[in-house]
Amino acid sequence: MGSKVIEFNEGWDYLQRGITKLKKILDGTPDAQFSSEEYMMIYTTIYNMSTQISPNYSQQLYEKYGEALKEYIKSTVLPSIAEKHGEFMLRELVKRWANHKVMVTWLSRFFNYLDRWFVSSKSLPRLSEAGLVCFREHVYQEVNSNAVACVIDLIDKEREGSQIDRALLKNVVDMFVEVGMGQMEAYEMDFEAEMLADSGEHYSRKAASWILEDSCPDYMVKAEECLRMEKERASHYLHSSSEQKLIEKVQHELLVVHAHQLLDKEHSGCRALIRGDKVEDLSRMFRLYHNLPKGLEPVANVFKQHVADEGKALVQQAEDAASNQQGLNGAGAEVGLVLVRKILELHDKYMGYVNGCFMNHSVFHKALKEAFEVFCNKSVAGSSSAELLAGFSDNILKKGSSEKLSDEAIEETLEKVITLLAYYSDRDLYAEFCRKKLARRLLFDRSGNQDHENSFLTKLKQQCGGQFTSKMQAMVTDMTLTKDMQTNFEQYLGSNPNIKPGIDLSVVVLKTGCWPSYKSSDLNLPEEIVKCVEAFKGFYDTQAKRRKLSWIYSLGTCNLVGKFEPKPMELVVSTYQAALLLLFNDTDRLSFSEISTQLNLTNEDLVRLLHSLSCAKYKILIKEPNTKTVQADDNFVFNYKFTDKMRKIRIPLPPIVDEKKKVTEDVEKERKYAIDAALVRIMKSRKVLSHQKLVMECVEMLQRMFKPDIKAIKKRIEDLITRDYLERDKEDSNMFKYVA
Amino acid sequence: MPRATSKRKAPSSTSASVTASDVGSTRPGKKGKKEVDKIGSLFDVYANKTLDMIDPEGIVSLCSHLGVDHTDVRILILAWKMKAEKQGYFSREEWRRGLKDLNADTIAKLKKALPGLEKELISTPKFEDFYAFAFQYCLTEDRQKSVDIETICELLNLVLGPKYCSQVDLLIKYLKVQSEYRALNADQWRHFYRFCKEISFPDLEDYDSDQAWPVIIDNFVEWMKDNKHS
Repeated sequence: MGSKVIEFNEGWDYLQRGITKLKKILDGTPDAQFSSEEYMMIYTTIYNMSTQISPNYSQQLYEKYGEALKEYIKSTVLPSIAEKHGEFMLRELVKRWANHKVMVTWLSRFFNYLDRWFVSSKSLPRLSEAGLVCFREHVYQEVNSNAVACVIDLIDKEREGSQIDRALLKNVVDMFVEVGMGQMEAYEMDFEAEMLADSGEHYSRKAASWILEDSCPDYMVKAEECLRMEKERASHYLHSSSEQKLIEKVQHELLVVHAHQLLDKEHSGCRALIRGDKVEDLSRMFRLYHNLPKGLEPVANVFKQHVADEGKALVQQAEDAASNQQGLNGAGAEVGLVLVRKILELHDKYMGYVNGCFMNHSVFHKALKEAFEVFCNKSVAGSSSAELLAGFSDNILKKGSSEKLSDEAIEETLEKVITLLAYYSDRDLYAEFCRKKLARRLLFDRSGNQDHENSFLTKLKQQCGGQFTSKMQAMVTDMTLTKDMQTNFEQYLGSNPNIKPGIDLSVVVLKTGCWPSYKSSDLNLPEEIVKCVEAFKGFYDTQAKRRKLSWIYSLGTCNLVGKFEPKPMELVVSTYQAALLLLFNDTDRLSFSEISTQLNLTNEDLVRLLHSLSCAKYKILIKEPNTKTVQADDNFVFNYKFTDKMRKIRIPLPPIVDEKKKVTEDVEKERKYAIDAALVRIMKSRKVLSHQKLVMECVEMLQRMFKPDIKAIKKRIEDLITRDYLERDKEDSNMFKYVA
Repeated sequence: MPRATSKRKAPSSTSASVTASDVGSTRPGKKGKKEVDKIGSLFDVYANKTLDMIDPEGIVSLCSHLGVDHTDVRILILAWKMKAEKQGYFSREEWRRGLKDLNADTIAKLKKALPGLEKELISTPKFEDFYAFAFQYCLTEDRQKSVDIETICELLNLVLGPKYCSQVDLLIKYLKVQSEYRALNADQWRHFYRFCKEISFPDLEDYDSDQAWPVIIDNFVEWMKDNKHS
C-alpha cells in the first residue's frame, strides 16, 4: 500500500459512495452489487485510514460506522415500518431486520480492520455487536410493543380458528430472541410476558363460560384439545423455553381455577363418572390432572369417598339382612358369606380402575386402601369382621362348599382373601378364627383338599409372618402323622388279637400346644368304648413311652346301629350321644336325673344332648312330656318306631361354646404379651427413648398382626415400669430408659 | 397420719410435763452432749420399752402433747424429717435425726418448730422429696409396690390439698368413681403432683394425652371433659 496519507473527508467521501451502493442493494435495486475490486478498494481505504500514523482516523471511522447505520435507520427503516400496520407492519419489520443484518455484515467486512485491533485496544464493542445494538436501540425499542401487540393479536385469531402466517410469527419471535444477543431478557420481558398474560386471559374467559355450559366430560375434551393446540403452537413458532410456561398457564386457567366446580359437577363430575363406569372420561381426567401439583388429590378423594360409601352400603345391607334373620347362626351365616364375596368383587372392580384409568398411580392405590380400611373393619350383627372373613375362607376350604368352585378358582379366591386381609386391622384375630375352623375341618374330615390348605397357609405366612401359621402348619402335619399312627395301631391289633376291643376304633392324636384347647368332661364311658380306649393306650405306650394322652370325648364320632322295628338304621352320632343311647340297651325308659347320674355330665351338656335326640329333627328318644325344651324332670323312652327313608343318618350335636368370646379373649391376652415383647425389644436396643417414639415404633413393629390400641400400650408401659423393666428419666417425664 | 391407731393412753402425759420444765437448763458449750441426751430421754418418754421404738400408741400421745391431731400433715412432715421407714413407728435413730435437725429437745421446742415445717416445704425440691416420701411411707408390706385407692385419696388430701384444693377435690372424686385401678404405684403418684403443678385448671387446655402421662390421668382428664357437659 502506498504511504500516501488519506485525508478524512477524502476517504470518507469514497466510503460514502460505497455505503450508498450498499443501500441500493438492500433496497432491492436490480443489478446492484459490489465487484471484488470495489470491495477491495473500500476495505483498503479503511485500512489505510486506520493504520496511518498521523492522522489516525480509527476513532472517527468507528464512529462513522455507527452513524451510518443510525442514519439509515432513521431515514429509511423507521419510516417504512411506521407507515404500515398490523400484519403488514410485521412483515416490514422482519424484512428490515433481515436487511439490517446484511448491512451489518457488509459494513463489518469493510471496517473489518477496526475489529482486529482498534476495538479491543479501546475496549469497545465489536462491529457486529455494535451493529445489533444500533438496531436494538433505534428500531426495536421504538416498535417492539406494537409488534408484540400485533403478534398476540394474530395468535388470538388463530385460536379462534383463522389461519395465520406461522412463518412470519416465527421470524418475529426469532428477532426478539436475537435482539437479546445471548440473553433471553428481551424475549422474555417484552414478548413472552405479554403473550402469557394474554393467553391466560383468553383461556380464563373461555373457561368461565365453558364451566357453566358444559358437562365435565365435554369440558375435559375441550381442555385436552386446547392443551394439544397450544403445545403445537409453541413448537411451531414460539421459543422452546416458552412451551412449558404456556402449558402451565393454560392448565392453570382451564384446570386449576375451576377444579372444584369441574370435579364436583352434580351429574357429570368425578363422582358421577365413577358411578357410571365412565372409564374413558376418567382416564382423560387422570391425564389432565396428573401433571399438576397435587392435581390428583381431589380426584383421588372423590374416588376414595365413593368406594368407601359403596363398601359401607354393603355392610349395611348385610346388617339389615341379618337382623331380618335374627342373628348370624345357621341360615344367617349366609349373610356373612355373601358380604365377603361382595366385598371381594368390589375390590376387583375398583382395583381395575386403579390399574386402568388411573394408571396404577400410587395416589389411587392409597385411596383404595384407605377406603377399604373404612368399612372392612366393621362388624355385622355382633360378629367381628375378622370372624366373617374367616368364615368365608373356611367355606372355600371345606368339602361340599356352597361356592362350588374349580381348583383354579379356589386358589384365586384364596389369593384375593389374603390381599383383602391387608385392610383388616385385627389380623391376629382372623388367624385365630382360622385356626379354630381349620381344627374343625381337619378333625371332622371336612377339609376339601390338602393342597389348597397348604397353599393357603403359605400365602397367609407371606402376608402376616410365620408366628401365625406355624401352629396351623403343625396341625396339618399332625393329620399326616396321625394316619401313620393309625396304621401302626391296626397292625398292633392284628398281632395282638386278644386285645382287640371288638369295635373298629380310629384315633386322632393331636400335639398339645398347636391345636386349640378343648374341654372334655369326665364322661362315664360305656364299656365297649372303654375297651377301645384301653387298647389304644396300650399301643401308644409302646410308641411313645413318656408322653401322656388326654382324651377329648367331646370331639369323637360313633357309628351305631339302631335296631328299630321298621328297619335297622345306622346312626352317626357324637361320642356323648352314643354313650347316652347305649344306656338304653339295658332299659327302655330313663329319667333325666338317672341319665345324669349315669353319664356324669353337667346339666347344661345333658340338656343339649337330650335335646338333639328328642326335640330335633330325628326323634330317637321320646320325651315325656312332649314339650319343646328339655327339663330336669322329664323322662325319656326309646323310640322303637323311629324310621327314616335313609339307611344312615347323621345326628348333629351343636356346640355350645360361643367360640367368638373365647377367641377374642385369647387374642386379647396374646396381644398383651406381644406388646410387652415389642416394648422390651425396642427399649433394649434403643436404651433411651421418648414416649412418642416408643409408641410409634411399637405400633410399627406390631402392625403386621394387629393395630394396637394406644391406651393398651400405655398400660403395658406402666406395667413394665412396675416390673422394673423400664424407668422414667428423672428430669424428663417423657423419656424412658431401659433397666438392664 | 393414716393408719395410726386410734387408741389413746394417758400414762405418758405425766412424764411429758416433767420434761417440759427442763427447758433452759442447759449451758452453752456443753450443749451438744446434753441435748442429745435430752433427745434420747424424750424418746424414752414415748417409746415402747420392749421394741425400743415409739409405736402408734406413743405417737398418739406425742400428738396430743403437741396439740395436733395424729392425722395432721405436720406429723407426716415430721416423719419425713426423721426419714422414718416404718409407718406408725419411730426408731431412736430416726427420732434423734429429726429432732436434732429441728433443734428441738423438748416438747415445747418441738411444738414451736411445727409451723416452720410447713414453711420449709414451700421450696419445690423439698416438697417433691416430701411428696415422694409420703407415698413410700405407706408401703407397709415387704415388696409392696402400690397403695390402695382409699389411702391414696386421703394422702392426696393431706399433702396436695392445701395447695391444689380444686384439683384434689375432683381427683379424689374421680378416683372413688373409677373401677379400673384399685391401687396405684409410685409412678402414678408422682404424676398427680406433676399434673397439679403443670396443667392449667380447670380448663386443662395444655394437657396432651399423647405425652407419657399415666393412663389414669388420661382417664381423669377424659372424665373431666365428659362431666363438663353434663
